[in-house]
Amino acid sequence: MSKPVNNLEKIRKSLNRRNRAEKRFRWYGLVAVLIGLAAVAVLFTDIISKGHGAFRITYMQLEVNYDQDLIGINNLTDPEQLMLGDWQAIPKVALRNQFPEVSGRKDKRNLYKLVSNGAGFDLKDRLLANPLLLGTSETIWVLTDDDIDTYYKSWLDGEPYAARLSDKQVTWIHELHDEGKIRLQFNSNLFTRGDSREPEQAGIRGAVMGSLLTLILTLLLSFPIGVSAAIYLEEFAPKNGWTDFIEVNINNLAAVPSIIFGLLGLAIFINFFHIPRSVPIVGGLVLTLMTLPTIIITSRAAIKSVPPSIREAALGMGASKYQMVLHHVLPLALPGMLTGAIIGMAQALGESAPLLMIGMVAFIVDIPGGFSDPATVLPVQIFLWADSPERAFIEKTSAAIMVLLSFLIIMNTSAVWLRKRLERRW
Amino acid sequence: MTQRTIITAILFTVASITATSSAMARDSIEVVGSSTVYPFSTVVAERYGRASGKPTPKIESTGSGGGMKLFCSGVGTNYPDITNSSRRMKASEYKLCQSNGVKEIIEVQIGYDGIVIANSIKVAPMKLTRKDIFLALAAQVPGEKEGELVDNPYSTWKQVNASLPNTAIEVLGPPPTSGTRDAFAELAMEGGCKKIAWIAALKKKDKSAYKAICHTVREDGRYIEAGENDNLIVQKLEANPAALGVFGFSFLDQNADKVQGSQIESVEPTFESIADKSYPVSRPLFFYVKKAHVGVVPGIQGFLNEFASEKAWGEEGYLAEKGMIPLPDAERKVMAANTRNLVPMTGKEALK
Repeated sequence: MSKPVNNLEKIRKSLNRRNRAEKRFRWYGLVAVLIGLAAVAVLFTDIISKGHGAFRITYMQLEVNYDQDLIGINNLTDPEQLMLGDWQAIPKVALRNQFPEVSGRKDKRNLYKLVSNGAGFDLKDRLLANPLLLGTSETIWVLTDDDIDTYYKSWLDGEPYAARLSDKQVTWIHELHDEGKIRLQFNSNLFTRGDSREPEQAGIRGAVMGSLLTLILTLLLSFPIGVSAAIYLEEFAPKNGWTDFIEVNINNLAAVPSIIFGLLGLAIFINFFHIPRSVPIVGGLVLTLMTLPTIIITSRAAIKSVPPSIREAALGMGASKYQMVLHHVLPLALPGMLTGAIIGMAQALGESAPLLMIGMVAFIVDIPGGFSDPATVLPVQIFLWADSPERAFIEKTSAAIMVLLSFLIIMNTSAVWLRKRLERRW
Repeated sequence: MTQRTIITAILFTVASITATSSAMARDSIEVVGSSTVYPFSTVVAERYGRASGKPTPKIESTGSGGGMKLFCSGVGTNYPDITNSSRRMKASEYKLCQSNGVKEIIEVQIGYDGIVIANSIKVAPMKLTRKDIFLALAAQVPGEKEGELVDNPYSTWKQVNASLPNTAIEVLGPPPTSGTRDAFAELAMEGGCKKIAWIAALKKKDKSAYKAICHTVREDGRYIEAGENDNLIVQKLEANPAALGVFGFSFLDQNADKVQGSQIESVEPTFESIADKSYPVSRPLFFYVKKAHVGVVPGIQGFLNEFASEKAWGEEGYLAEKGMIPLPDAERKVMAANTRNLVPMTGKEALK
């Protein structure tokens, strides 16, 4: 009769041990989550601390004179004159007036380097927008060179970096600062311009447009094809060796490294169909190949989760199989399919490897306006900037990463939101 | 009904996009090639685009070898118009071009680029010779007897040359796919390699064995391939003052507060020393143009004129500001005239 007491004793002893094991197990899980969060936090702080500077840029105040003789034009509608006009002369003269004591060839050259070498073209654009300015003067904020920008920002932060500047240039900047003629402004160029080799003139508009065009095409192609394939495989295809074979292959494709889709795209679309390199059409087609497996797999899962009773009820009411799928299964499975599509699109947005092969890793200044204009995409822009020697591109790179991350966050959040909102549990 | 309309619409758009694009002629210049020339080529392209108001040339960085392959594939708007190269076209590439119908090629040398071996400014600059570089980095070095090769035994700089500091050999540099690596092997390593008499003598007897000795970099972890990203090498040097890094002069120029160039044969890498060729590790930069495309693809002549102008590649031009070392005055004048007049290669050049 002593046996049950012993058992109880055993259980009591083991209970402590099991409770401890459970506690440990929960701790492991928590630590794993914390490690993940810490990695994200480090990534974000690093990127934001490096990139926040790029959203502001240094401008200096100059009194510019749109002198016809200086620029060498008398008619703003003559394209020949506009092309040959010496636009950079406007800021050069303005700088000489600002610092009249500067003489000598070398000093003047250093002086001219204070403003961005695109400043003349900016003034040209302004003049074309307001033709009445020709022949008049105005006081205006002009973009500075990237070296000046880097110095001014680092000086404001207390760690001046002047290796690329001469002592005179530094004195001039401080003179301007004391007179309140140099300041940081919101960097609108970053969002309105295409790529440039001059960091102060570079923007991500071209890359964002390229990403948008490529993704539109990817969505237009991959969603209908992916959904049709999923419907056929789930609802119509007989279950036999062939469909198993197809399923294995689709799963395989989802795991193929993306560069291989790039090689495939190069061989088929460019070398065989002679679609030009570097255009969103090729990019969209290649990314379609890449996202199709993801969309097919998630769509099939969504269709599978629709309970058979719905199908049976529809068929029992006399609906044809086509009606059953289109009127009942598809609407119920759509939220899951959309979530899959958004996740696939987010994947495609962050992809750069397959685009390397089809020439979308390129220096493209003009902002693409259509599917057949040369274009690049956001991740590629980040790669190109990270590889540039100019110091000021480091913060630009981080800024572009921030923009890409915010797009990804928006897309992924909307996927979660859609699922929460529309999903029906059975 | 609505579904059918949507599907038809989608199919129609896709079909029409594909159809129009493949039949379309190109109105912008296509440039491919070297990642070393890329920073210079892009600046010219951008200036040309902004000044002329015409489409800006599109520039891909494919590496010198990859660019030549694309360039020499054929004539027509499906193939690039210009390729950049950080070395001269090889005889084999010229042949490939000829056999694919790319008959008339204009060769333009634009200037020089220096390759620097740099370390962090936190420590003293290194004073190296090319022979030191070869002995420290080659996979196999001469042993005691003449004609004998042993696996590289050196682990510190002091072992290589008693006047160097007693720090471990650790060099970060580009991978074999890079033009910078080719040039580094040819100019720095081979330059030191041929200082050893019996290896120099081998060059005439067995060229491939000579090349294998001089160009093969050790793979025991002392030379670390740091990828094509030179900014990354600069960051790593800053974190590790004992290491040296190999990259192009323009990166040294931009990061003078973090890294310093080592003296080679007691010449410091500066703008002036590379221009007057006293700094030994420098290489010429080129681009090649298809004459058949001039006049077919609009803007090529304009782009060439921009490139060959004094304000671009001159002593004080904007390319010099970006870190390119200009050609000497006389050579530059001849080159500019050749470029403007579209003088093609004769096929009699001494190509390797």
